[in-house]
Amino acid sequence: MQKKRSPLLKKLRFFKAGEKLSGSWTEVTPQDRGWEDFYRARWQHDKVVRTTHGVNCTGSCSWRVFVKNGIIAWENQATDYPTTGPDLPEYEPRGCPRGASFSWYSYSPLRVKYPYIRGALLRFWREAIEAAKNPVLAWKSIVEDPEKAKTYKALRGKGGLVRASWEEVKEIISAMLIYTIQTYGPDRLAGFTPIPAMSMVSYAAGSRFLSLLGSPMLSFYDWYADLPPASPQVWGDQTDVPESGDWYNAGYIIMWGSNVPLTRTPDAHFMTEVRYKGTKVISISPDYAESVRFADHWLAVNPGTDGALAQAMTHVILKEFYVEEKTEYFLDYARKYTDMPHLLLLERRGESYTAGRYLRASDLGLPLEKAEWKTVVLDQATGEFRIPNGSIGHRWEGKGTWNLKPEDEEGVPCHPLLTLLGTEDGVVPIELPYFAEGNQAVLSRSVPVKRLERKGKTVYITTVYDLMLANYGIDRGLPGEYPRDYDDPLPYTPAWQERYTGVKGSLALQIAREFARNAADTRGRSMIIMGAGINHWYQADTIYRTILNLVLLTGCEGVNGGGWAHYVGQEKVRPMEGWQTVAFARDWSLPPRLQNATSFYYFATDQWRYEELPMSELSAPTSRGATYLHPADYNALAVRLGWLPSYPQFNRNPLALAQEAQKAGASTNEEVVSYLVKALKTKTLEFAVEDPDNPLNFPKGLFVWRANLISSSGKGHEYFLKHLLGTSHGLLGNDREKLRTEEIKWHDEAPEGKLDLLVNLEFRMSGTALYSDIVLPAATWYEKHDLSSTDMHPFVHPFNPAIAPPWEAKTDWDIFKSLAERFSEMARTYLPGLSKDIVMVPLMHDSPDELAQPFGQVRDWRAGETEAVPGRTMPKFTIVERNYPQIYEKFTALGPLLEKNPLGAHGISFPAQEQYEELKRINGVVKGTGAGSGCPSLADGRQAAKAILALSSATNGRLAVKAWRAEEEKTGVSLQDIAASQAGNRLTFDSITAQPGQAISSPIFSGNTEGNRRYSPFTTNIERLVPFRTLTGRQHFYADHEIMLEFGEGLPVFKPALPNRAFTGGDQFSGEGKKTIELRYLTPHGKWNIHSMYGDSQIMQTLFRGGPNIWLNDRDAAEIEVKDNDWVEVFNRNGVVVARAVVSHRMPQGTTYMYHAQDKTLNTPGSRLTGERAGTHNSPTRIHLKPTHVIGGYAQFSYGFNYYGPTGNQRDLTVLIAKLGEVSWLED
Amino acid sequence: MKIKAQMAMVINLDKCLGCHTCSITCKNTWTNRSGLEYAWFNNVETKPGVGYPREWERQEKYKGGWVLKSKGKLELRAGNRLSKLLNIFYNPDLADIDDYYEPWTYDYKALTQSPEKKHQPVARPHSLLTGDPLELKWGPNWEDDLAGAPETGKKDSNLRSLEEKVRLTFEEVFMFHLPRLCEHCLNPACVASCPSGAIYKRDEDGIVLVDQDACRGWRFCMSGCPYKKVYFNWQTRKAEKCTLCFPRLEAGLPTVCSETCSGRVRYVGVLLYDADRVQVAASPVSERELYKNQLQLFLDPYDPEVLAQARRDGLDEDWLAAAQRSPVYKLAVEFGLALPLHPEYRTLPMVWYIPPLSPMMQVVNSGQTEAESGEFFAAIERMRTPIEYLANLLTAGDTETVADVFKKMVLLRQYMRSKNLLGQDVPVEDNPWGLNGAALQEMYALLALAKYRDRFVIPNAHKEKAGDLYERQGMTGYDPA
Repeated sequence: MQKKRSPLLKKLRFFKAGEKLSGSWTEVTPQDRGWEDFYRARWQHDKVVRTTHGVNCTGSCSWRVFVKNGIIAWENQATDYPTTGPDLPEYEPRGCPRGASFSWYSYSPLRVKYPYIRGALLRFWREAIEAAKNPVLAWKSIVEDPEKAKTYKALRGKGGLVRASWEEVKEIISAMLIYTIQTYGPDRLAGFTPIPAMSMVSYAAGSRFLSLLGSPMLSFYDWYADLPPASPQVWGDQTDVPESGDWYNAGYIIMWGSNVPLTRTPDAHFMTEVRYKGTKVISISPDYAESVRFADHWLAVNPGTDGALAQAMTHVILKEFYVEEKTEYFLDYARKYTDMPHLLLLERRGESYTAGRYLRASDLGLPLEKAEWKTVVLDQATGEFRIPNGSIGHRWEGKGTWNLKPEDEEGVPCHPLLTLLGTEDGVVPIELPYFAEGNQAVLSRSVPVKRLERKGKTVYITTVYDLMLANYGIDRGLPGEYPRDYDDPLPYTPAWQERYTGVKGSLALQIAREFARNAADTRGRSMIIMGAGINHWYQADTIYRTILNLVLLTGCEGVNGGGWAHYVGQEKVRPMEGWQTVAFARDWSLPPRLQNATSFYYFATDQWRYEELPMSELSAPTSRGATYLHPADYNALAVRLGWLPSYPQFNRNPLALAQEAQKAGASTNEEVVSYLVKALKTKTLEFAVEDPDNPLNFPKGLFVWRANLISSSGKGHEYFLKHLLGTSHGLLGNDREKLRTEEIKWHDEAPEGKLDLLVNLEFRMSGTALYSDIVLPAATWYEKHDLSSTDMHPFVHPFNPAIAPPWEAKTDWDIFKSLAERFSEMARTYLPGLSKDIVMVPLMHDSPDELAQPFGQVRDWRAGETEAVPGRTMPKFTIVERNYPQIYEKFTALGPLLEKNPLGAHGISFPAQEQYEELKRINGVVKGTGAGSGCPSLADGRQAAKAILALSSATNGRLAVKAWRAEEEKTGVSLQDIAASQAGNRLTFDSITAQPGQAISSPIFSGNTEGNRRYSPFTTNIERLVPFRTLTGRQHFYADHEIMLEFGEGLPVFKPALPNRAFTGGDQFSGEGKKTIELRYLTPHGKWNIHSMYGDSQIMQTLFRGGPNIWLNDRDAAEIEVKDNDWVEVFNRNGVVVARAVVSHRMPQGTTYMYHAQDKTLNTPGSRLTGERAGTHNSPTRIHLKPTHVIGGYAQFSYGFNYYGPTGNQRDLTVLIAKLGEVSWLED
Repeated sequence: MKIKAQMAMVINLDKCLGCHTCSITCKNTWTNRSGLEYAWFNNVETKPGVGYPREWERQEKYKGGWVLKSKGKLELRAGNRLSKLLNIFYNPDLADIDDYYEPWTYDYKALTQSPEKKHQPVARPHSLLTGDPLELKWGPNWEDDLAGAPETGKKDSNLRSLEEKVRLTFEEVFMFHLPRLCEHCLNPACVASCPSGAIYKRDEDGIVLVDQDACRGWRFCMSGCPYKKVYFNWQTRKAEKCTLCFPRLEAGLPTVCSETCSGRVRYVGVLLYDADRVQVAASPVSERELYKNQLQLFLDPYDPEVLAQARRDGLDEDWLAAAQRSPVYKLAVEFGLALPLHPEYRTLPMVWYIPPLSPMMQVVNSGQTEAESGEFFAAIERMRTPIEYLANLLTAGDTETVADVFKKMVLLRQYMRSKNLLGQDVPVEDNPWGLNGAALQEMYALLALAKYRDRFVIPNAHKEKAGDLYERQGMTGYDPA
């Protein structure tokens, strides 16, 4: 700092000496101010690069990275978003503390700078390759030697990673791939990477490689329990929600289980700001969360009882706004856009009735096409049965009558009747399942009915609306047990809910009333922002449906400023069609193998062996009872009926199976499939899921990138360690006295270390990297080209490199590309020629498969209840040709199927030859004579990004117009005008680098953003009469699949959390006399990390407690003599985690929070109970597979990747907490 | 009258998310280096809590700021210059490193370079000062979101006289976040405390800086500053502090903490004040008059006389225009929504705070709900955060001023709700502040719409006054380091 005073600087005094002020205490300096350049020089920089962060936080924020002297110095948020207009706050600046600290990783000592491999494995490899001179045989000699395999697997996670060359690790990985494909089939390999929207090209890199191999990609949205299954159940849509800017259009907002400032930091300002516009804000949260600070009222609901609160609010709204005051806006909305007027069959049950399935045109014997798939209403004017347009039968018969016009196929006007009361043929008693106190109770109420003679029998029908009023106890003078008033604690009054939720009845009543009144006054501008707080429960879908009642009954869905605003996971890939083409190599072959991860991990980590709760304790008293006691059996059923995917597929290599069929005389593809179906029927061929612990059916190789699977998202962490990886674990329970399966083979000894090779692409030494066999140094987000989008805002953002990947790091695209190159080279020798691969896929969502299984009835071909017909009663089987030596050529070229097949998504498709031709000019074509010769080049990540943008309707206006035209043909309503003004718009990589660009309105999504309007889902459906993608074409209150009814979930219902305890009879556990307290264990998203990302950076750790921590109420802490910052041990039968106690009166008693994804790599001591390194936040967790989530082949209950399927929910648990005492660091 | 321009800031606590983005972007830009690991020019605290450094508000301990002597004269609480000189090698009032926190990092190499072990390796924390393993007991944000507050919260000096009324229990829980940076005071105690004369308040914009050439590391500024916002760089052995990002302000850009604020809670703009009245304004007998005194220092930028005098005092036209558009003037002076932090320290701080609304307490045993009583936004008396607490923080205990701010905010919400629902301008009812529809609309635009150009109104520095720029143009950047 000692500065030379040059004559020049002397002259440069910035302002002269000043006078003294304030009695000489304040003075203006008389000194030379040249020193001020000290700070000016720090601020000056070389360049600023626009990029973003590829982390699953839903942020997708545009950032400016400052490069100074060639070094990434810091980052600030961009502030140049396109304007939202004069009447709305802008999106700038979007960002949060986590993102602002990312530059730490670039040069941190945690960085993975070179390829690493487990030392023991490398020793074996070098010996083996020396001996065998053949990499495939070398790999075989290691993994087939039980001693060697056990040795290196048992060392997983325990250090000993050594540096290796790129060439050597690529050879080892390729040897593993070739050996596994040859011996077991490509379906024994898998890839796990989540959330394409957060960095689409990086996702696509690995998924493209694996899809070309024929290996499955594992889903993430359902596995993370971020998928809200209620969304497909109610709307037939994965998830479609308003951008955060639309919160500003709301007149009333409830934040329900969503800690907006903490988990939606970049968007929270719209919520804080709209309060000044006169919008009331409510927070429903068990703790005094950050979101509560901004609310006018706090409803401190008991964890997991949100459904009860919503049921009571539904009761209030139905009673006051439907029955007492007939709010025309609400009634009109219910008639037009919901299933409430649709008719249901009642089923006799003793002296009473229960609700059955929807009445269909086929029940009336009407001679309509697809009559089994057309639901029925009664006409207001004539009282006659009518078949309104828009149901799923109309959707797939392709006559342009799939619309919500108030008419039927013949064009005759049709205004449905909501209630039969007043025109009923009679009133019958009805029993409704009730679960608040177990699963034996029913509500006895009654409904007005119409009588119908059918096949010589008298049947009764009623409307969904009348059933709703009975269920919710709205007294219309009909017989049955109805609450007298709001203070009567019968279901579902405000007084009733207080018992479960702890929320005062009067407050629940007030909020329900205000919410509905606001909606009536503003025509639907009441909004509920929902989040993981309520989505991670076992019963999350029923909880969601109870809450969705509130926005459906008040006409808020499909209205700007209203409806369901669910944010759990960055699920919205705006350039969808282009992305999925590149990502799953649809430009080269179809179909890809796409596996639901929950089932995959449930079996691969053997969590299914530890089930205790028989499904008979959860099934409805109004049903025939649970089909199976064990949830895994439902999964096996789902696989053979074509509901769910399942890879590995069979207990046979799918490549060998095709050869076997050919040997047996099958010459055509059809004959191969017939051979296979016969083999399945005779059980000479089995589904792999029927024997997951048979070594033949193990997953053998797993690639993980852009994820911290083992530490962050491995629910049932200790099961992963024990069964999948075969290393030390902290499991305290056992599988000896647990439930047994009927459909799945039980082995007395569970396998350990199923996986042969775990490969991780990472830029930091995370938990997963530590436990992997090979770690490949990945480029960070500031070192590559990529794309990002989210549902929180309408923009598509680029990643641009601020520096080249340092050390030996490479981008994900380049890593998989170079792996493909080495693999293809080796395949020329070891896997030459063409192979036929039999690919099994389930009945798919948004396809005619949705009409496979009528009436939602379960018909099992194995039980002889129906024929085994691929694509109808069982999965579909397709023969796909693999040419392994060509993988690299295909990877790097956009394939010619694009010229042949239309592009599309969500059931809409349109041709794209024109765009394909254009891409040849944009990206240049591949030269030479390989498979990709003459195709558009995909040589690098930037070209992949450009292809994605060019091939998607949300980023290419010309395609948007084509897509709307296709939608017009399906619906018979005019829609093209929506994108007409944007036909010439293009979001190119360069344009979004210059300034964020806003996505173009496309029918791939349901919101209309024409004229710089904020995105709100389903506005196209409501305003333009495009049906919802459901059975009735309307929003569903009711679900009539047999398995839904089996569990009493026909209507939204309140179900309490699962009755799990920390330990049960079969588990051996001694508390060693320590004082313990049993608390409900929740893992909400934290403030100092996004999953485990940022949670290991020095700056984030400094800003809180510097290591794993768990929050406790002060009274709970006092009970076990724990003080703030004491070490505590937190455990149950699933495992142990050790953390520092954070004692706070912000927490409710009875519940503890261990904020999500605190990795066990920093400041984590040993566990006293296990003598091993203590676990992660996921150690006390285990997933619970819910049978209703496996349903498939039936309208909106059809499988889609990340769309429908069982969730990896992990919340219904308790733990014991005890003071740790002496801390052991296990340094050895 | 002597008119000067002051760059000042407003922080709207009612919108502050407590996210700490400001702290991080500030740290990465300015203090991410050896010697200042523990220093956060900008930090965010959860209230109630004792903050960073621990119990910084307890001036009876740290002796920061000014006190009024019996003769009505201001003196540093720590004593006058003479007593300082006597103590120059020993400053008994300094916060020690444990009051800030001992900065740490981790042995990350234990993860990337671990040999094969019996157990999974783990990176343990060690001190950035000594390199020794460190047991973590305190940090710059240890009390985040009321962590440990049942213990430490009781020592929050803003709870003084509220011990009976406020219980730190789940049933009565409240909290809010308080971002803090150098106040760039009009009457800065740090400047007065410096034995070397190394701290100065810039003539052109009022930014308070420590001259890194002149500082001799005596550290009296650290104890003299009642906000504890001067830090000691243990590598250079000089004091450093928030510079209000003057290199950015000079170029017309807002401070890093302001621009990167995700909650959009910060406003930066110019205030015109009468420098001749500073000392008088800081010297009333009653602490409760300090806030009003401070307000009276600021001059109406539309007053022709003020403008004429300002021109005579050398202020440039663009600065006067900026003063007229200043969001700080509007929020702090015109609307009276933003209040000074601890005016009783008598330093006349220039970072202003809009107090936070909070949720209603549950009605105990009262059947009537707001809906029934006809209120949509409930009475401010029932808000969870005690008004006395906020008054202790922002008005030297004057609860009426805080209540007034809340009443204006509720009035704004009611007015805008009617307008928003009915879609038309509804007449504003009589109110004590004479706020009409246009004023409320302007308030709304600033608080809610808060466009970038309205949050930050920053005139450029007039570098031409610094010397011969014709010569400088080709030389800039070639200056010897």
